[in-house]
Amino acid sequence: MKLKSTLIIFSLLLFFSSIFGQDIPERPRPPRLVNDFSGFLSGNEIFQLEKKLVSYNNKTSTQIAIVVVESLQGYDIADFSFRLGEKWGVGQKGFDNGIVILVKPKRPEEKGEVFIAVGYGLEGVVPDAVSKRIVEAEILPEFNRGNYYEGLNKAVNTLVSLTEGEFTAEEYNPQSEGKGFAFSTIGIVFLLILFSIIGRLRRARYHSLGHNIPFWTAMFLVGSSGRSHGSNFSNFSSGSGSFGGFGGFGGGGFGGGGAGGSW
Amino acid sequence: MKKSWIVLAIVILLVILVYASVRGTYNQMVGKDELVSAQWAQVENVYQRRMDLIPNLVNTVKGYADFEQETLTQVIEARAKATSIQVNAGNLNPAILNQFQEAQAGLSSALSRLLVTIERYPDLKANQNFLELQAQLEGTENRIAVERRKFNDVARDYNTFIRQFPKNIYANIFNFESKAYFKAEEKAKEVPKVEF
Repeated sequence: MKLKSTLIIFSLLLFFSSIFGQDIPERPRPPRLVNDFSGFLSGNEIFQLEKKLVSYNNKTSTQIAIVVVESLQGYDIADFSFRLGEKWGVGQKGFDNGIVILVKPKRPEEKGEVFIAVGYGLEGVVPDAVSKRIVEAEILPEFNRGNYYEGLNKAVNTLVSLTEGEFTAEEYNPQSEGKGFAFSTIGIVFLLILFSIIGRLRRARYHSLGHNIPFWTAMFLVGSSGRSHGSNFSNFSSGSGSFGGFGGFGGGGFGGGGAGGSW
Repeated sequence: MKKSWIVLAIVILLVILVYASVRGTYNQMVGKDELVSAQWAQVENVYQRRMDLIPNLVNTVKGYADFEQETLTQVIEARAKATSIQVNAGNLNPAILNQFQEAQAGLSSALSRLLVTIERYPDLKANQNFLELQAQLEGTENRIAVERRKFNDVARDYNTFIRQFPKNIYANIFNFESKAYFKAEEKAKEVPKVEF
């Protein structure tokens, strides 16, 4: 009897958690820091913000994501922001240095809402009272005037100046350097194998004088396969996001820090 | 002679296999159990954070001479009651968790009554100190919600693990009990908010 009732509660819990999990938008592919699912910002504004946030991410590994959603699916905006931050993994794993600025635009029948969710690792430099002040002094006055880009831009600038000294890319990089080392070892091993193949082919050439064509075909094949491997390697390293575009979310966690407001 | 050697070898092999399986499962259970305990510590942490904010809040409000004493006393009493219930992470059964949750819910509702009362005091509402406390209190309620959800997640993971066959047999032998969940309740869900 007792077992049965616990089983029922258990399955209900699982059921609800599976329903709830689906309302939060999926992580964007390719990864972007500015995600407007609602047509809130113009293309150029998105581009400007994205550029600023990506270069900040590359410099400090701190990730600030701006997300605009059509609806909160019945969630409290704070709850929605934390779930989204955790699902996407905004911030780096272990540092938890991510921030999510979530906006639900104003509709004629319902008020607009905005929330700044601050990852575990940044709660020290951006306490709740500060998030609240950013929302109330920088975001909401601009939003009230309809200057959505200005409000977000100001908030981003303040958050950048607050979090700037907290984490540095150097601090974060040792991990990616380790990866780079692994790749270079693989590269060296690969080159050694390549040389030994070439050496063997050369020897083969000596043994079969006058059969130049197979040798050059073989060289060509080796060379082209080498090239394709090479491109695979470079794809890998660009995936880690050390250079240029946004490399992806890092798996940071959120513990409920931050504050919001409505207009 | 030869036959008995084979039988012995098979028996030894079986013992080794069973030992390896039990050891692996046991260690995994211990690991998951530790995760639940660690998450429980996080839950207690955020509830404690709320407790710590209350004396500050009470002092700020007290300064307003004509403030209704009754709501304040209710908050202080609810806090005392919530403080008196301590839960041991090693013993998270439904009855104890329920008691804990009820005491904390009592504190939540006393707090939201206090915040509603403050609505009637414009001076207090504009007080910088109070605004700061209010932001912190809201943040704490958010943290409580997040840590409770995470606790339910790890507890569910642990419970699912120890209930599966054949792990449930080992769990019984080594006395791993399933953990209780936080129940979602309407009162705890609503964050005390003051509309401006």
